[in-house]
Amino acid sequence: MASVRIQTEDFDVSAELARLRSDDLRVGAVCSFVGTVRDTRAITGAASDEIHAMELEHYPGMTEKAIEAMIDEAHRRFDFYDACVIHRIGLLRPADQIVFVAVTSAHRGESFKACEFLMDYLKTQAPFWKKEQTPQGAQWVDARVSDDAALARWGIDAGNA
Amino acid sequence: MKIQLRYFASIREDLGLAAEALETQALNVADLLTELRARGGAYATALAEGRPVRVAVNQVMARGNVPLNDGAEVGLFPPVTGG
Repeated sequence: MASVRIQTEDFDVSAELARLRSDDLRVGAVCSFVGTVRDTRAITGAASDEIHAMELEHYPGMTEKAIEAMIDEAHRRFDFYDACVIHRIGLLRPADQIVFVAVTSAHRGESFKACEFLMDYLKTQAPFWKKEQTPQGAQWVDARVSDDAALARWGIDAGNA
Repeated sequence: MKIQLRYFASIREDLGLAAEALETQALNVADLLTELRARGGAYATALAEGRPVRVAVNQVMARGNVPLNDGAEVGLFPPVTGG
C-alpha cells in the first residue's frame, strides 16, 4: 500500500527505504529521489541570490489526493510493487530535505521510470508553493516551463501553459 | 447556488483572504473567474486575465469548462512549485 505523507518534520531516508521494502522478497530494485533546498548563491556566487530560508505552503486534502492519484497513474504505466512519497511543509533552510520519492520493483528499469514519472508529475500537479526568503525580501517562486516539458515527455499536458 | 472558495499562496496574499463563501450563478470555472474579476480591486489584479491562475474544483485540477455544483469547494492558486 503506497504511503503518502505531508509533514513539517524531517525524514530519515534509510528508515523510509527499509519500511518501503519491508522484507518483500519480490523486490530486486529500489529507486529513490531526494529533493533538497538549494542556496542559489552557492551556485552563482552573487550575494543577491542568497536564499536564507524557504516557506512551503500546500492545499491540505487536495495534496494527498493529487499524490495518490499520481501513484495510481504510475501503477497503470509501470510494473512496480510499492511507492512512498513524503513532502515537507513549513519553514526549511538551505540543505534541508524537501521531498522523498521511492519505488520498489523486481528490476531496476521500472522503478527508475516510475520514480522519475512521480517527481515530474508532482512538480506540476501537486498543490505546493515555495516562498523564498532572499536579501530582497520574501518572494514566491515562479513555476518553470521546463517542469511542464518534463511532464509532457510522459504524454501528459501539465495545463500550465 | 453556494460554493466555498479557497485561496492559496500569492493569490491568498493579494486578496488578504484564505477562504470565503460565495452565492453564484456561475455555471463553470471560466464564468466564476469572470464574476470574481468583475468585483474589481484586489480581485481584478490577483485574477487578471494575463496571470496564470490555476483552479481546482472539489480538490481536482480543473479547466475553464469544468462545471460547478452546489456546495463545491473551489481552490484558486498560482501554478504549483513544490518538489
